[in-house]
Amino acid sequence: MSKRIDVKDLNVYYGNFLAVEGVNINIEAKSVTAFIGPSGCGKSTFLRTLNRMHEVIPGAYAKGEVLLDGADIYGAGVDPVTVRSNIGMVFQRPNPFPTMSIRDNVLAGVKLNNKRISKGEADALVEKSLQGANLWNEVKDRLDKPGSGLSGGQQQRLCIARAIAVEPAVLLMDEPCSALDPISTLAVEDLINELKDSYTVVIVTHNMQQAARVSDKTAFFNIAGTGKPGKLIEFAETSTIFNNPSQKATEDYVSGRFG
Amino acid sequence: MTATMTPTRRRSHLTKGQLPKYAPWAVLGVALVLGAALINLIGFNAFGWGIFTAVLFTVGLVAWSGAVEGARKAKDKLATCLVVGSFLIAVLPLVSVIWTALVNGIPGLLTPGFLGTSMNGVTGAADNRAVENGTKVLGGVYHALIGTVQITAVATIISVPVGLLTSVYLVEYGNDRPLAKAITFFVDVMTGIPSIVAGLFAAAFFFLVMGPGTKTGAVAAVALSVLMIPVVVRSSEEMLKIVPNELREAAYALGVRKWRTILKVVIPTAISGIASGVTLAIARVIGETAPILVTAGFATAINNNVFGGWMASLPTFIYTQILNPTSPSNPGPSDQRAWGAALVLIILVMLLNLIARLIASIFAPKKGR
Ligand SMILES: Nc1ncnc2c1ncn2[C@@H]1O[C@H](COP(=O)(O)OP(=O)(O)OP(=O)(O)O)[C@@H](O)[C@H]1O
Ligand SMILES: [Mg+2]
Repeated sequence: MSKRIDVKDLNVYYGNFLAVEGVNINIEAKSVTAFIGPSGCGKSTFLRTLNRMHEVIPGAYAKGEVLLDGADIYGAGVDPVTVRSNIGMVFQRPNPFPTMSIRDNVLAGVKLNNKRISKGEADALVEKSLQGANLWNEVKDRLDKPGSGLSGGQQQRLCIARAIAVEPAVLLMDEPCSALDPISTLAVEDLINELKDSYTVVIVTHNMQQAARVSDKTAFFNIAGTGKPGKLIEFAETSTIFNNPSQKATEDYVSGRFG
Repeated sequence: MTATMTPTRRRSHLTKGQLPKYAPWAVLGVALVLGAALINLIGFNAFGWGIFTAVLFTVGLVAWSGAVEGARKAKDKLATCLVVGSFLIAVLPLVSVIWTALVNGIPGLLTPGFLGTSMNGVTGAADNRAVENGTKVLGGVYHALIGTVQITAVATIISVPVGLLTSVYLVEYGNDRPLAKAITFFVDVMTGIPSIVAGLFAAAFFFLVMGPGTKTGAVAAVALSVLMIPVVVRSSEEMLKIVPNELREAAYALGVRKWRTILKVVIPTAISGIASGVTLAIARVIGETAPILVTAGFATAINNNVFGGWMASLPTFIYTQILNPTSPSNPGPSDQRAWGAALVLIILVMLLNLIARLIASIFAPKKGR
């Protein structure tokens, strides 16, 4: 079910601009990995290259290898659509489909792909995914109401439910809690802890406590200056990064003595 | 209640130096009287009276306010007067048009059989008889109504797929490629094509393809779609552009293909705007006269076949009834029919606008819990 990701010498470009340079990282299956680093250092950019979502942006391309359980997702003949159904993504801002009900939002990955599914199976999938996203109890009485009628935190958990309903091997999350209150944040963090049992989770966050709370390993990205490419500075166990980092920049950043 | 609780209606130091509430009405009254006096000097007419009153009102109110309230308030009053004045100038023609159409059109519209009969067999002699004996005016707009509805329907069937697919290409696949830029440019050019040119184009095109003198409803529909397509492209493009990119990304991240994303996420999200854009495009071409005259000719009898034979439409019906009254010596009945048809056309356009709003609210993404 869950798969590991190995990245070798990855460079990411926006047109001529080299945004991320020379990343090598090995992400274990069934683990939570946090990406931290200052704004603009390329965390989102790098995260998107892990499921080829950067290709949606005109002019963006990546060079290097990203191996999903040993298979290069940039290999010849690989369909990005296949990659994305294996590697799901949750975005910074909750983005439920406004034309669909809560139920249809959860089923979006199935329905939009026109897969046949019986009513019973669909009901079971909706319940399982919403349970998985800690949202079932709050919405079970109004599954047919529009998803945009939920609170921001509920919408974000709906998006997580939608992402896990297609049962990806890996779940990428780009600052999933930055628009949420502490209670919703806690709900999402609990959820990440549970997801770890069956998925590989990669999370970008600006919140160090969050990184410390949820992740097994942490990657620190940094940028030398504006116009320079972002680089992976250090990647280690979370406790090492926060208590005993080997790089000066990492220590400065995690202790708040930055810049 | 104690007497001390009654609030004082007199001015406090906070409301000092303001014009009293009745000030505009007082000025308006004075302006009306003075305006009437002035206009009588050069001969009374209602329009001149209105102009004089408006000018006097503005001058009076601004001057008074300037004296009592100071320059800032006076400027505010002046701006308010100008804004309201422009608004009145803008709606006056509109109200006047609707009023004239109503007054002149209702007798025609209320004549029994006006909506249900054509002009087939209605001759000048019949009109003369109607005028001399005071009997009801024969003939109606049924054939023209049928023609207008059919021609616009065919034009819509041609324009909507072409226009919608073009806008999908421009927004989703164009990426500022040379082809997309060229399409945008030519759509802009097409927006400015005079309608008669569109009519001539369609006529010439069918002349080449089908042979000389081909005049049918379908030719007219082609002419109208030349006018409609750019409007549909433009409005759909705007609507597709405002669909947030996040929704597309959400679908892609679920492993949904691009064309499915467009079909099932982007277009449904934008459908209400697209639908009202299409309806407004229809409203825009439904009143076209010249292109229909050169492409569908003119008929007095009912023709239900868009692909064969000349066809009437409401605008061309109005045009010919006014220009060539059925009875040249008694144009009254023709006038009445023309105004009736004009009223029908206005009602049709209003209905379309209503439908556009209805569609927009039905398809709009649902809000609330
Ligand atoms: N669509 C784009 N086109 C061109 N350049 C971009 C684009 N998106 C991001 N960049 C650039 O790439 C670099 C990395 O951006 P990225 O969004 O990955 O940063 P980030 O680490 O996620 O920052 P934040 O923490 O603020 O989200 C920045 O210099 C940014 O300006
Ligand atoms: Mg980011």
